[in-house]
Amino acid sequence: MTAYNGYVTDETIEGAEDGPLADTTVAVKDNISTEGVRTTCGSAMLSDYVPPYDATVVQRLKDAGATIPGKTNMDEFGMGTTTETSAFGPVENPVAEGRVPGGSSGGSAAVVAAGDADLALGSDTGGSIRCPAAFCGVVGIKPTYGLVSRYGLVAYANSLEQIGPIAPTVEDAAELLDVIAGPDEHDATTQEAPEADGSYAAAADGDVDGLSIGVPTELLDGADQEVVETFWTALDDLEAQGASYHEVDLPSVEHAVEAYYVIAMSEASSNLARFDGVRYGQSGGYDGNWNDSFANAREEGFGEEVKRRVLLGTYALSAGYHDKYYKKAQDARAWVKQDFDEALDDADVLASPTMPVPPMKRGESLDDPLTMYLADANTTPVNLANLPAISVPAGETDDGLPVGLQLVGPAFGEREIIRAGSALA
Amino acid sequence: MSDPAVDPEEVRHVADLARVDLADDEIERFTEQFGDILDAFEALDDVPETEREADLSNVMRPDEIRESLSQEDALQNASDTEEGQFKGPKVS
Repeated sequence: MTAYNGYVTDETIEGAEDGPLADTTVAVKDNISTEGVRTTCGSAMLSDYVPPYDATVVQRLKDAGATIPGKTNMDEFGMGTTTETSAFGPVENPVAEGRVPGGSSGGSAAVVAAGDADLALGSDTGGSIRCPAAFCGVVGIKPTYGLVSRYGLVAYANSLEQIGPIAPTVEDAAELLDVIAGPDEHDATTQEAPEADGSYAAAADGDVDGLSIGVPTELLDGADQEVVETFWTALDDLEAQGASYHEVDLPSVEHAVEAYYVIAMSEASSNLARFDGVRYGQSGGYDGNWNDSFANAREEGFGEEVKRRVLLGTYALSAGYHDKYYKKAQDARAWVKQDFDEALDDADVLASPTMPVPPMKRGESLDDPLTMYLADANTTPVNLANLPAISVPAGETDDGLPVGLQLVGPAFGEREIIRAGSALA
Repeated sequence: MSDPAVDPEEVRHVADLARVDLADDEIERFTEQFGDILDAFEALDDVPETEREADLSNVMRPDEIRESLSQEDALQNASDTEEGQFKGPKVS
């Protein structure tokens, strides 16, 4: 275990003797199934659950020779922006005392930032890889939807989430992406990336000469002043290396965070219906009928944020409200996609601060869920548009708090964002 | 706002639909928070109707018997089983 509570389970899983990740430790977020090693999703509901099979990404890590040092702490079922909603206690930011590590893959980013694992896997539904990467001063990649198999990932919001790497450098993250990316017969949403030369790691050559960067002004409005200053300093750095930037207008992103939460909560209300305490998970007992037992299991097994989202999702999908919330959110999603496609016609990548604020103090956002949801304004549009994005360290505030810079690319444009990001980290 | 604020009865009703028991203090908290959150979601009213991409296609595989979990593995996380099957409470 770690002083900052980064691991839920520190059981070691050995991989093959040889391979590109031999002698490398890769921590795995605890919503990714590991055969024979408990996988809790940060929830009391699954505190004793032991999967009978490996997720595809875990199988690929083992085949590549990686050693998995443990399962990392996370917001319960991936629902949170601070890694404070875990049933196994909050994680502290190892590089910013008294602050949150970001969420929901906070444990994965923390163990990498602290040097307790070489690399880690997280999952990103609305920014859950990029946010903790930014708050902990490391690199995180959210891949294009369909590039990485979700087989064995305990689902929260299927249409939005992807597994991706967290690492100290862009090149390290790209090497891990090389291992986990590619079609999987167990996940029909995966597809072969279009032909491209070389590995993702080879794209981390730091060459940004001639790179055209679009900056969506909407994603700077309302951000913390020190975050914005750090962002522009990093862009100046890229400009000095031969890149150019221009401002772009993305009016749809003003509604993205609301659309994201409506869609994610709706999918969550459906996905989490599988936790009935009969096949796995906390039992609701056998007194009364199935409905009573089910409701009882879920009262005891789920934490407050999970209940909040399941209920709001049920509300958004219920008769009379479907058109008002869910259908409108799908319209917003289509609009965001169009906006991004148009902006990426005139730019190679789009750049913004990853998070509009530096890492929050622990406990600060828990009492006000809406404030926490709004902190995801810069990351959620990318998931709605199914695009790839990377968060790289951009610098620090005057108080030494990490600030992340997000680069968004076109679908399957991982090499572009890796190349651009590698000029900074 | 066009809709009245969420009331405790509505929260209880949704919790019932979602099959989640709630403590009284949770109902009180959720009632207040849901009002704020649903108000924020009203921003979606400004979203123009947008044509959605229709380039989706089904991905099918042949319907063939394949290797699967053994019955023993499939049952290993169940709190109660009987004669190789899951045992649960009565349905109604």
